[in-house]
Amino acid sequence: FTRRKLDDAALEELEETLIAADLGTEVAARVIAAFRRTRFGREVTDEEVKTALAGEIAEILAPVARPLEIDPAHKPFVVLVVGVNGTGKTTTIGKLAQHYAEAGLRPMLVAGDTFRAAAVEQLQIWGQRTSAPVIAGAANADAAGLAFEALTRAAAEGADVVLIDTAGRLHNKSVLMEELRKIIRVIRKHDPSAPHATLLVLDATTGQNAIQQVRVFKEMVDITGLIVTKLDGSARGGIVVALAEAFGLPVHAVGVGEQAADLRPFDAEDYARGLVGT
Amino acid sequence: MFEALSDKLSGVFDRLRGRGTLGEADVAEALREVRLALLDADVALPVVRDFIARVRERAVGAEVLESVTPGQQIVKIVNDALVEQLGGAGAVPVNLNAAAPIPILMVGLQGSGKTTTAGKLGLRIQTRERRRVLLASLDTQRPAAQLQLQQLGERAGVTSLPIVAGQTPVEIARRALDTARREVFDVVILDTAGRLSIDAALMDEVRAIRDVAAPAETLLVVDAMTGQDAVNTARAFNEALGVTGIVLTRMDGDARGGAALSMRAVTGAPIKLAGTGEKLEALEDFHPERVAGRILGL
Ligand SMILES: Nc1nc2c(ncn2[C@@H]2O[C@H](COP(=O)(O)OP(=O)(O)OP(=O)(O)O)[C@@H](O)[C@H]2O)c(=O)[nH]1
Ligand SMILES: Nc1nc2c(ncn2[C@@H]2O[C@H](COP(=O)(O)OP(=O)(O)OP(=O)(O)O)[C@@H](O)[C@H]2O)c(=O)[nH]1
Ligand SMILES: [K+]
Ligand SMILES: [Mg+2]
Ligand SMILES: [Mg+2]
Repeated sequence: FTRRKLDDAALEELEETLIAADLGTEVAARVIAAFRRTRFGREVTDEEVKTALAGEIAEILAPVARPLEIDPAHKPFVVLVVGVNGTGKTTTIGKLAQHYAEAGLRPMLVAGDTFRAAAVEQLQIWGQRTSAPVIAGAANADAAGLAFEALTRAAAEGADVVLIDTAGRLHNKSVLMEELRKIIRVIRKHDPSAPHATLLVLDATTGQNAIQQVRVFKEMVDITGLIVTKLDGSARGGIVVALAEAFGLPVHAVGVGEQAADLRPFDAEDYARGLVGT
Repeated sequence: MFEALSDKLSGVFDRLRGRGTLGEADVAEALREVRLALLDADVALPVVRDFIARVRERAVGAEVLESVTPGQQIVKIVNDALVEQLGGAGAVPVNLNAAAPIPILMVGLQGSGKTTTAGKLGLRIQTRERRRVLLASLDTQRPAAQLQLQQLGERAGVTSLPIVAGQTPVEIARRALDTARREVFDVVILDTAGRLSIDAALMDEVRAIRDVAAPAETLLVVDAMTGQDAVNTARAFNEALGVTGIVLTRMDGDARGGAALSMRAVTGAPIKLAGTGEKLEALEDFHPERVAGRILGL
């Protein structure tokens, strides 16, 4: 192993590694500044540096690594899934259904995207794959009304978890965000404590805009946790570090493929290692 | 104009006022701010590096005009270089100069907007160019993907290839071209499954599709919110397929859209279209000047 001095040039290189992983310039600078204080001028190998840097980042991520607990006191436990277009909401619902079914729970899926072409059929196929019932309405039906009806059915049929899919929407479209709030209002007519979790699904290839996404969705619909998808690709999802610092929302799971089994717990150390490339 | 970045730069340049030309040290200091602005807008790091080097060359020694501050002068140089890098003024149209049926291949990562854009493009070519368009989904991966394109076709009034279960993407491509020849369509838009650039099997598959279809256009569809990974995606798709044009979707969002610069720099292919909504009409020509301003936060 070649040792070299952790000098300004070496630190700059590390900072660029972090920027290239989407941590953003500010967070990258802050992480490196902390790193500089403790390790500047030492003779180190590349391996040692990366391991130590990953450790630094894992500390930021550790508090948000929290799985989604289904509280059996709520029956059904209602999960609303939201996010911008194409991030992987519908697919993630399929994966969650599989996960809960394997855990011995009875999931029910609600096709709340009544807008996008074949969104209902897409969720229905996930229902077949995971043997979960899917509640769907007519095309262009009111998503809020459908959610209400689904909760009534879920109670009658003894479902443990209700996973509500919603149409993708950009956070800067206030009319569409207002629609989400309406879904929540209507759900609460059925169960004032619901939704018990509101998950924002985030695509790992997203850059700095993710911060604005989380900010607005949090403000508008009080998201309770994140799921990060498409981590099987070359994107490293460094924006999650910035999100952990700025919002501290739990990251419940990560998506690593297109199949039902491709959902993993969020592991702070693994994630940090992936970011620095060890 | 040139407010946000100029403000930041004015501090750097206040003491410069009155001098005739931009000096090396001052330019370097200003370009550090520009570098941050570009990175915050998600322009990929290697692309930022090249860009800054090029701008530095132009800026050092440049004359400061009477009417502007040195800060504004640098921002103007940066903005002009950015517009140029994004393709210069004006938009590059989708290439329809080929023998009918003209195949157009849509490729990209999962969820980038390929299928929706295929529907939008079909509608646009049919209404604006008055050409008969056939839509064909070669996506045998995603649940209900073929049905999605079929429904988009119905909404747009554009014909789509009948769905036959069990065919491979290459078989569907052949059938689409045969159908187009037989039924005299002018343009065939081939939508493909989303794929990761590091998925060797799926990249081989799309290469095989390309070989069968010999597309006049291979459009890489990219989300405007994409971060630093834009360079990897662009390079991999370009090396595998030879991308001829880029479509930037979700420009109706509030992302700064630095991925546009990355994509363009890596592939050399023009950005041809911008997706500006979920509706079928929400497809526009790409305007480099507007996007340059957005990236710089002007
Ligand atoms: N490689 C990979 N692909 C994924 C992952 N999660 C979802 N996808 C793919 O991403 C694409 C979009 O997924 P959807 O589940 O339809 O996304 P959505 O958020 O429901 O999209 P809209 O409803 O249109 O907003 C599909 O092709 C999925 O197969 C993942 O973790 N890895
Ligand atoms: N706001 C907005 N949404 C868009 C735009 N283009 C596509 N979408 C939405 O993005 C989501 C994904 O679009 P698709 O066309 O299914 O993406 P895809 O690339 O075909 O996805 P896969 O086939 O799963 O890889 C859908 O919800 C579309 O409505 C756009 O320009 N603006
Ligand atoms: K990855
Ligand atoms: Mg969906
Ligand atoms: Mg598609």
